[in-house]
Amino acid sequence: MDFGGINPAVLVASLMVASVPIMLAAIGELVVEKAGVLNLGVEGMMIMGAICGFITAVQTGSPVLGFVGGALGAAALALVFAVLTQVLQANQVATGLALTLFGLGLSSLMGQGYVGIKPPLTGQVPFGPLADIPVLGRIFFSHDPMVYLSIAIIAAVWAVLKFSRMGLILRAVGENHDAAHALGYKVTRIRILAILFGGAMAGLGGAYLSLVRVPQWTDGITAGAGWIALAIVVFASWKPWRVLVGAYLFGGISVLQLNLQAAGARIPVEYLSMSPYLITILVLVIMSSGKGRASMSAPAALGQNFHAAR
Amino acid sequence: MNRRTLMATAALGLGLVFGGSVNAAGMDKVKACFVYVGPVGDGGWTYQHDQGRLALIEAFGDKVDASTFQENVPEGADAERVLTQMALSGCNIIFTTSFGYMDATNAVAAKFPDVKFEHATGYKRDTDNVSTYGARFYEGRAVIGTIAGRMTKSNKIGYIASFPIPEVIRGINSTFLHAKKVNPDVTISVVWAYTWFDPAKEADAAKALIEQGVDVIVQHTDSTAPLAEAAKTAGVVGFGQASDMAAYKPSPRVSSIIDNWAPYYLKRVGALLDGSYTQVDSWEGISAGEVEIGEITDAVPAEVKAEAEAVRDAIGAGTYHPFTGPINKQDGSAWLADGVTAPDGDLLGMNFYVEGIVGDIPQ
Amino acid sequence: MLILEKRPSPSRFWTYATPILAVALTMIAGGALFALLGKDPIVAIRTIFWDPLFGEFAFYLRGQLLVKAGPLILIAVGLSLGFRAGIWNIGAEGQYIIGAIFGAGVGLAVFPTESRWIFPVMIVAGAFGGWLWAMIPAILKTRFNTNEILVSLMLVYVAQTILSKAATGFLRNPQGMGFPGSRNFSSYPTARNVELISGTGMHWGVVAAFIAVIAAYVLLQRHILGFQIKLAGQAPRAARFAGVQPTRLVVMCMGISGALAGLAGMFEVTGPAGQISIDFASGYGFTAIIVAFLGRLNPVGILLAGLVMALTYVGGEMASTNLGLPSAAIQAFQGMLLFFLLAMDLLSNYRIRFLKGRAA
Repeated sequence: MDFGGINPAVLVASLMVASVPIMLAAIGELVVEKAGVLNLGVEGMMIMGAICGFITAVQTGSPVLGFVGGALGAAALALVFAVLTQVLQANQVATGLALTLFGLGLSSLMGQGYVGIKPPLTGQVPFGPLADIPVLGRIFFSHDPMVYLSIAIIAAVWAVLKFSRMGLILRAVGENHDAAHALGYKVTRIRILAILFGGAMAGLGGAYLSLVRVPQWTDGITAGAGWIALAIVVFASWKPWRVLVGAYLFGGISVLQLNLQAAGARIPVEYLSMSPYLITILVLVIMSSGKGRASMSAPAALGQNFHAAR
Repeated sequence: MNRRTLMATAALGLGLVFGGSVNAAGMDKVKACFVYVGPVGDGGWTYQHDQGRLALIEAFGDKVDASTFQENVPEGADAERVLTQMALSGCNIIFTTSFGYMDATNAVAAKFPDVKFEHATGYKRDTDNVSTYGARFYEGRAVIGTIAGRMTKSNKIGYIASFPIPEVIRGINSTFLHAKKVNPDVTISVVWAYTWFDPAKEADAAKALIEQGVDVIVQHTDSTAPLAEAAKTAGVVGFGQASDMAAYKPSPRVSSIIDNWAPYYLKRVGALLDGSYTQVDSWEGISAGEVEIGEITDAVPAEVKAEAEAVRDAIGAGTYHPFTGPINKQDGSAWLADGVTAPDGDLLGMNFYVEGIVGDIPQ
Repeated sequence: MLILEKRPSPSRFWTYATPILAVALTMIAGGALFALLGKDPIVAIRTIFWDPLFGEFAFYLRGQLLVKAGPLILIAVGLSLGFRAGIWNIGAEGQYIIGAIFGAGVGLAVFPTESRWIFPVMIVAGAFGGWLWAMIPAILKTRFNTNEILVSLMLVYVAQTILSKAATGFLRNPQGMGFPGSRNFSSYPTARNVELISGTGMHWGVVAAFIAVIAAYVLLQRHILGFQIKLAGQAPRAARFAGVQPTRLVVMCMGISGALAGLAGMFEVTGPAGQISIDFASGYGFTAIIVAFLGRLNPVGILLAGLVMALTYVGGEMASTNLGLPSAAIQAFQGMLLFFLLAMDLLSNYRIRFLKGRAA
């Protein structure tokens, strides 16, 4: 059953894979923003994750260690951001941009000797006969472990934020850091931990690009994925499950435009390649206005530095 | 003394110091410099040019200093600056390895008449110290098109194209014509990636093509990503582009088109050394060794391999031209009559598909 | 233990000293980085900072500094006004591209007519293009409260696609043998952005940058808009009470930064770059953000910061050719510079105190 030459099951399976990096980065950034910090350095952290993950995987021969290495590398870079903004009170927007620039340069440097090398491959999760079910098998049961893990992480974040004490404290810090401080919560420490988590997630997303999706290392492999992740957080009104929807939407459009081309559709290529960004803008506008006022759901203390006045 | 004279004198002076004496019969020592548009480690376009540079060092030893090169040079003002710096620091011959350096090369060449400039894939030669060179990649496409036409079981070939320029359109046409010659039912799907090198995009393009049922992928982009993507699905084959991409042998990489710039570089620097250097517009192919076909692996049946090699040898011997009539344009109008070969002029400005290709060239 | 105590007002001494300190620290850290890469750090730092000014080819490279710094300063001045007011125009790169397309488009449309009005009209077109592109996030912010960071950023990607279409389609050189890229402006003297004083790299874009610095200085010091910008950034509530209309401020700031970025694009395409090509945009819009911060969002500071940044570009290129230093090292270097500056910023806003015993 094909529509215009495109098989929907194959398309959905493709978009699930394509969305993993931005989904991971977005859910990480959601946690960071819920704690009240705006980290624009997602792109830099993702690409650090991509190269650290790649180097670790190639050196150790294990893709699992590769992902761990990617998460750690990106978290290390996020630590710089954390120290600058939380301890040294630097401007969050500027520091985030500096992080991106530095991350892009440093990753390119680290990757000098690794261009064109094949990494150890990540296999698919063996679901056996389940994968042969006609439509659902392709969509649900034929992916590599990271696809399932990314969805599990979204579920975990949702559960923690909604039901646990830790999640409540995090949200409190993000809404009103002065009140949280007065209640005795260590605002700086919580924010630093959130930033590190965000970094690790972005790192996983980046490592997915270099280890599974491409799989190769090149300069600038992320090609703006970090910025898309930031947009997805706003699109999702800072709600975890909506991050999933947003990532699938964006991943879906990117995959669709290539498939349309391959199927011979007569839509001019340039307009197709612009479409993900235009649709993101459209969605942002809709979310910010009308009934779903995104600004209402943004953590109130987002972007403001916390300094304990004694 | 104005700046221009100062610079030219400085260049001449430095050229004499570094470049050895210029005697009537040639030069004792040549400093050859290279400007690359991408990283040497790209495993494709730039990598192959750098292999040419290394061949120079190996062939000429002490007589050539080919250690100076700059990678990742953006086109435009930055290119002009890099070229000027190279000329000022005593380079005798500078190879600029991307079409986008055309205006910068000509502008700097005008300021340094004693330095030779070689511009790859360009067509402008404003002053007589500028030469242009390219390779007839479409000859390589003819060979792999033959393999593609025979090996495809779904009768769908995919082409990952970069930009709608004549070189790419020649590639698409040549591939299709030769695939169709051996397999009249074959169709070709073109995806425009709008990049020469972007592994993520190329992987996505390959994936989209494979999902559409394509089982042979031909690429005009430079990374190994399409091959890596092809490796994930059984039965899909592809070809190495610009470099051999041997890591993907014996399948999915069943053969490759290799850009071999060494013969040309050796020829030009050698001409400088022995004094026979003149301005040229060089467009060579398989016969001069500039386009090579990489090893055809055992994944290809023996008779197909023999057929492809026969095409290659015929082109190399000059007895067969990939664009030989009767060929019509996509709209049905006649282009080449029976037995007529395409003149270079038609090929250089090619902006139409041949008959049988479905789809439009983006404008 | 060490505690940070906020100063009642930023220290004047440290405001001037921090950029210098940041540059010095970057040289040290950068030197360490280069040493890790196996290059002699002293030689590398000297090649980057000293040689372009006083070295062997300085007579050529000094001029190139202005070529590189001109667009950076022009864009950064515009951005700094917005940044001061808390309006984050991150899409200057997109406005730069659209300004270039508008300006070049007007020029190419009337080719080959000669008239001394063509260049001025192109200037207006370039500024208009950039202004228009910046108005999109501005209006979306004022009407729908959409985050201008994300919208302006998305529009950068859209602008890049339009650039691609321009180079391969509507602005392609009809005599270019089918290759992408517009006609080169060197073949169209009336529309060309010439080097005014040969060898110095000074073209109309650099002149515009100087004018912009002066104009921004006057605006911030003397004009009511400048006062409103500064107030909105430092005390948003007080600004509202003082009658600053946020809508008007957003539109003005985005508009000015967009127009200046578009101007920079237009001057660049008709001058140093020469033609509309697919790779025309080289990231000036993003680097200008660093320049703006490096210059402490102050017009004169931006002038100096632009020159320092240009130095790292030009010197970095030399280091790349002569020492084999990877070009990525320079990008990391520039990122480090911004990091150190932001870290040093602390000193001008906070006082470090040593306290004995635990805090109460």
